[in-house]
Order: sequence, then structure tokens, then C-alpha cells
Amino acid sequence: MKRVRIGNGCGFWGDNLDAPVELAAAGNLDYLTLEYLAELTMSILAVQKAKDPAAGFATDFIDVLSRLAPVLKAQPQLKIVTNAGGMNPHACARQAKQVLAAAGLADKRVAVVSGDDLLPRLDALFGAGHPLNHLDSGAPLTQIRDVVVSANAYLGARPIVEALKLGADVVVTGRVADASLTVGPAAFEFGWEFGTSALDRLAAATVAGHLIECGAQVTGGLWIGADDATRLGSVGYPIAELSADGAFTLSKPAGTGGAVNLETVSEQLLYEVADPARYFTPDVVADFTTVALAQQAPDVVRVTGGTANGLTDTYKVSVAYRDGFMSAGTLVIAGPGAAAKARRSGAILLEKLKRSGLTYAETRVEALGAGDCVPGVVGATGDPPEVVLRVAVRDPRRAAVERFTKEFAPLVTSGFPGTTGYTTGRPPVREVFAYWPALVAKSAVTPSVEVV
Amino acid sequence: MPRVPLSHIAHGRSGDKGSHANVAVIARTDAGFAWLRDNLTAEAVAAYFAPLGPSRMERYEAANVRALNFVLYDVLAGGASRSLRTDTQGKTLAVALLRMEIDWEESAPLPPPSVDRMAKA
Repeated sequence: MKRVRIGNGCGFWGDNLDAPVELAAAGNLDYLTLEYLAELTMSILAVQKAKDPAAGFATDFIDVLSRLAPVLKAQPQLKIVTNAGGMNPHACARQAKQVLAAAGLADKRVAVVSGDDLLPRLDALFGAGHPLNHLDSGAPLTQIRDVVVSANAYLGARPIVEALKLGADVVVTGRVADASLTVGPAAFEFGWEFGTSALDRLAAATVAGHLIECGAQVTGGLWIGADDATRLGSVGYPIAELSADGAFTLSKPAGTGGAVNLETVSEQLLYEVADPARYFTPDVVADFTTVALAQQAPDVVRVTGGTANGLTDTYKVSVAYRDGFMSAGTLVIAGPGAAAKARRSGAILLEKLKRSGLTYAETRVEALGAGDCVPGVVGATGDPPEVVLRVAVRDPRRAAVERFTKEFAPLVTSGFPGTTGYTTGRPPVREVFAYWPALVAKSAVTPSVEVV
Repeated sequence: MPRVPLSHIAHGRSGDKGSHANVAVIARTDAGFAWLRDNLTAEAVAAYFAPLGPSRMERYEAANVRALNFVLYDVLAGGASRSLRTDTQGKTLAVALLRMEIDWEESAPLPPPSVDRMAKA
């Protein structure tokens, strides 16, 4: 019986650079997926592209691809599906093509999926009756039109299938729903139709995609049971082996660290999920409450069930807009009463700024090590020998935030005894890009597929 | 009745949904799940996280994996993009909730969670 092995070697931009190569080399994969985009990533890429028309994609992918070349030569059937294209999938695909050619793989076919970028079309969309209202507040996007930096629809698996039908060996997309990177190859290999005939199978593959999209988070990373025996230092990345009915096994390459068990899989099943009976993707609304897990062998979990709960006629849209500036700096305060001294130090810093006429839209003082990571919920136990003081401010005025970054150093000499850790200099100021979730009718968005 | 941390009977994971967070609490046994269902109400979790100021709390069940999933609205002070907190993505909310002290008198003792093993090592 035909099976398709899909491994995910990257869970976010910044993930381990060796993982994709190690997974592809040892995983006996049909498809390697690489997931690079978080909500915030697109706004950063949009700003990069505005400065340089050839930029705006996840450049890590180009490095990874060049190091994957020997594996691609040894395994000519291996295909790659990635959303590394970010805000500029065409530029990403062109560079990918060049890297492959330079490595003696000029015959590899690279396809681009685009059409997710709605920014150039925003006013036309408003005019055509698509207000892109905020999903929670209902406010129309026109309110912040002038400060929008990116607006991307989450495309589904369908254009990935189209790319694979064109014979693509490497599929580079812009914003695509993370799980669709897995659903696409499965739908292509098994010939599943989109629409109503294969909805349960699309839902089952969505479960697979959701489980592997964060990389090592399903193979022992973040597992509550993790300890030294889990060998997270050599954690293996996940592989879903699907059959035509959508059932799959979840595993990792033999000999790697980490763990695949009922705990790791059930924790990841519910990660970043709201209603588990209605997990919305562009391909299907998946019901995770019908999923059944069984430990089939050590580090192999069999996943069955996972059914459809309908289908939407909208794409989710992620909009980012400029929202002022922020900065956060840290110092270490040691000695008896460190937590109280740290909080007082933070207050002193802000009071000094206030005396200079500077108040901020928002400020925050944390004594990390004394429970302030979840402020007011987890109290300190005892008197920690030292805590990290962290002070952060946000404001529309860059100059005011700049001034804040200069107020840390004085505490090293004028603050409490045991104040240290001013080694990295003034903290950087960064622009804030706020997040605006919305929906848009599928009929208003046209995914595009091309071979470069 | 013995007081134990929630981590004695459950494990979990948390993450962000914009400025909202989800916290999944997964029972280690059927008896543990029955306890969660009866006692770990949306109100109890909202009260526990009250200092974070949730505007709304939803509780969902995933009995297939013996889990309750809580959605805490507006607890991330702006979310990953603009929150001034260290934990902008709510990654630590699950381990915070698993510290909740509960009354538990199951006769068969559960294996100790491995976080405790690490603490003793």
C-alpha cells in the first residue's frame, strides 16, 4: 500500500540550521517541509523588501538548501515544500534555483506559489466590499490603512498541489497555512480532491501537518516529561508517514534524541488551538476531538481519526501595522531582598525619566526569578539570591524610547549594591508592528503558481 | 485530603493566539480526567489567572486525549508583536497552571512527573 513520508525540518525562522539536513539524510523522506513564518515575521520581511526589492524572504532557507545539495543528489526523488518565500517568494525561488544550479542540480524544477500578498490590492479590496474587519473588535481596516506594512492571506494546499502537478521538485510559497505544507504533498500523492469528496482525509492530513509544523515540539521539545534521559541536545525532527485514508504514524529518525509518545503528541495536538473541534484552515475545518493516538512502537505513535467539520469560504488574513517603538533592557540585582530592590530600581529609572518630562504609552518592570514571568500568578518562593531586572517601554515617539535606553547604565553606580550585568550596552530600539487578524472571501484572492 | 500540584495528575502546554493564549491541561489517567472535568472549571482557571486580567475564558474538552483546553482572552498584554512582557507568547502559562494546588486522594499513587525528577537530580 502506498505511503507518503513527510518530514518537517524547520519549525520557525531561527530554528536549528542542521536539523533539515540531518532529517533529510536519515529520514528516508518523500517530502521535506520547512516552515519559516510567524505572524511577526511577515512584517519584518515586508520592511526588508521595502528597502531592497530583492529581499523579503527567509534567507536561512538558501543556506539550508545549499547544504542539502548532497542529500538531494543521493535522493533524487526527495521534494521540498517551504514557505520561505515570505514577502518575496519569486526572489526566494530565483535564488534557490541559482543555488541548485551552482551545486550541479540545474535540472531541479522550482515552483513559486504567490497571490497571498494583499497589500498592493488593499484599496481595491475595500472598494469591492472587503473591509478586512478586525476579527475580535470588528473595526474596519480603513482605520489604520496609512500604517499597514503587510497584509497576507493564508493560502491553502491547493496551489501546492498545482505546483507539484507541474513537476516541481522545490515549492516555494509565501504565506500559506502551516499545516497546508503537509496537506499539499499528501493530496497530490493520493489524488485527493479539494471540496467535499475527501474532506475527512484532508482533515486527517491537517492533523499530521499541525503536529509536525513546529518541528521538535512534537518529538520531545517542550514536553513536560523531558529530562536528561530525553537527550534533547540531539532531538530528532518529526516524520509523518501517511496512507491514503489519512491515517499516519508519527516518528523521528532512529538513534536521535527526544521522544515521540502519547504525551508529546497530545501536548502538540492542542498547541495554539482554540476550539479543538473546529481547527480552521483554508483546506478544511478539522475536528481534533476525533483523533485517536496509540503507541505502536518506541518513538512511533499511530494517529487515526481526525475528521472534517465543514469548510470555510474565507481565508484568514494577517495584517501588520506600525505601532510606535519599544525597547527593553536588563540588569542583574543580587543580594538579600533582590526582588524588591529590582522592582524599586525599575521604578527609580522610570521616575527619573518622568522628572525629565518623559512618560510613556506603556511601561513594564519585571523581577525575573521572582515570579514576574507570569506576574501575580506564580509567587516567589523564598528570597532568590539574584533576579534579573527587566524594564520595557513602548511609545509612539522614537526619541522618547531612545532616551529610555540611556537610563540603564546610571543604575550600575547610583543604584542598589549588587547591581551588575550591564555588559551588552544600551538596549536596542525596535519598531513595533501590531497584529490585525481578519478574514477575506476566498473569491477575492487568486493563488498563482509558476515554475521559475 | 492531600494537597498536590496539578502537575501530579496532568501535563500540558500553552501558546499564543494573537493577544489571547491557550492552555491545554492533559490528564495522566482516566481518574485524573474525571477530576479535571469536575473541578478545573473555566471559573477556577479564570480566578487563578486573574492577575493577567483575562477579558473572557472558554473551556473546551478533548476527551480523546483526556484534555481540557482553556482559551484566555487578552492575557498577553498585546501579544507577540507589541507586549512588553518577557513571555509575550504565553509559553509559561501551562507550567504556571500546573503549579495550582489541588486536593487529590486517589489511592493508587501516580508516577512522579519527571520535572520533579529533574529538581531532585
